[in-house]
Amino acid sequence: MLTLVMRRIVRLVVVLAGVSLVTFAILHVSGDPVSLMMPEAPDADRVALRQSMGFNEPLPVQFARFVGNIARGDFGQSFFHRAPALPLVLERMPTTLLLTVLAMALSLSIAVPIGIVSAVRRNSVFDHGATFVVFLGTSMPVFWTGIMLILLFAVRLRFLPVSGWESWTALVLPTLTLATASTPLLLRIVRSSMLEVINLDYVRTARAKGVSERIVIWHHALVNAALPLVTVAGLQFGLLLGGAVVTETVFAVPGVGRLIVGAIRQLDFPIVQAGVFLLALIVVLVNFAVDMLYIYLNPQIRVR
Amino acid sequence: MSIGTLAPPTVAVPEAVLGGVERSHVWRKLLRNPVALAGAFVLLVVIGAAVAAPYVAPHDPARQSLIRRFTPPVWAHGGNTAYILGTDQVGRDILSRIIYGARVSLIVGISAVVVSLLVGVTLGLFSGFLRGRVDAVIMTVVDVTLSFPQLLLALAFVAALGPSLVTIIVVLGLTGWERYTRVVRAEVLALREKDFVEAARAMGASPMRMVLRHLLPNTFSSIIVMSTLQVAQAILQEAALSFLGVGTGSAHPTWGQMIALGRDFVSVAWWLATFPGLAILLTVLAINLVGDRLRDALDPRVR
Repeated sequence: MLTLVMRRIVRLVVVLAGVSLVTFAILHVSGDPVSLMMPEAPDADRVALRQSMGFNEPLPVQFARFVGNIARGDFGQSFFHRAPALPLVLERMPTTLLLTVLAMALSLSIAVPIGIVSAVRRNSVFDHGATFVVFLGTSMPVFWTGIMLILLFAVRLRFLPVSGWESWTALVLPTLTLATASTPLLLRIVRSSMLEVINLDYVRTARAKGVSERIVIWHHALVNAALPLVTVAGLQFGLLLGGAVVTETVFAVPGVGRLIVGAIRQLDFPIVQAGVFLLALIVVLVNFAVDMLYIYLNPQIRVR
Repeated sequence: MSIGTLAPPTVAVPEAVLGGVERSHVWRKLLRNPVALAGAFVLLVVIGAAVAAPYVAPHDPARQSLIRRFTPPVWAHGGNTAYILGTDQVGRDILSRIIYGARVSLIVGISAVVVSLLVGVTLGLFSGFLRGRVDAVIMTVVDVTLSFPQLLLALAFVAALGPSLVTIIVVLGLTGWERYTRVVRAEVLALREKDFVEAARAMGASPMRMVLRHLLPNTFSSIIVMSTLQVAQAILQEAALSFLGVGTGSAHPTWGQMIALGRDFVSVAWWLATFPGLAILLTVLAINLVGDRLRDALDPRVR
């Protein structure tokens, strides 16, 4: 088990190196970062910027410096805000994480019970209905769902704010929007992993012993169906963060996603790089935590 | 050595999953399912509309008319039969714009998947067949790709490269290949232990031949199913990109762009954002339904 943990840690470091390389590439992929950052500047300014940013040096040297800088938390100065990029991103991070965690919690609280009932009553009307809703949910563009919810609750019924971030009611629509994007997939996973365990011998034994159906489902089956759910919930976290970018834009939520989208329009690349790197870092850390949890939860690995 | 002059191995490998009889079986299974049939029908309508846009669109999608701006859909109060789904803030016909918008969505959706497919399947074959160090490197790249929310990465790279149709296709293609790699790798790892692969190896098939003739064809059914579902994903991603304002950079209307414009007028003209979204929903839903039934029909485990 210890070697497995060590191996996961090595992988964590390697993946983080890859993540920084991709983040570095955002600015350099066009070949000329200077014209990307200041498309209309006169030649003299370009030369000066190229000099001051060290863009004349070989790419590996620049990458090494980039990694050194981000290790110290330095992503450069935002051109637009005229302030270091990292604090600007960090101060918006709690909002994005709050939105993501709320949506995740809502998703799970919908997906787990419905997925279980769907699996237990396989091929019933309920199951078919749930399956169709899953299809509908995965086929809806997140941003459109958000606008439709605005139309319904804020414009027609007028009991929730259209956008902004003033009171807790402002959280309702963005959370709901984001949850519609992640619930269908989780529901599918719950259903299929329940179906897998529900016909196994030990579940049959429990039934044969006369254990009540409720305990069989909730205690015997669910505990074992939860393992794949943990892994998928980790992967879903990345999907949710991506969805949060769009949702924040629709509802004008002052989070990292909206900051990044705005920065892209202003060609403010230090913000873009800092934002993209931090969101990826969160995904990597969450998945690492999930890996650890998996090792801890899975008795087959724990014993070894 | 006389062995070298032997005829090349022509072991009738399960050539595979889709032989003649099998194929008609797949079609029959698809056609018997009303939901898949409805999905296929919707899909045909969308493709037809995209191809024949200049002939089926009632108006020029770019023609503005300020006196007709904000005409509601035909069934609402103040609607006009000439503009079935209404007009936008500068009087352009929404239905015509949706019809033309189908072109961008389908082109991007299909082309991006082709890019993903080429990259993903190639890497998956390498990874599963060569194993060892190559596998470790490729799987690390997969892990790195999975660490970024795909939309975010696509957004940053499209912005950096400058918006254009080709950029969108390439970026969406290069951010969405990892699923192919994982699935093809897993299948190749399982297949290479099978007897027919062993037989081919024993008969002296070259690695290239083993991969292209014996391993690749046996992953086709998963690839077909995955690609169908990935087209749906790519259409959603393209819509999100153009909604966020890093679209194709051209004058052609896209569904995502139309929704972005509609968002600003959601309290005065609900139809602006609603109908392009419904177009996306219907198209993606149709693809997902067809893809799902395709999986049921092709996947021997379900059969």
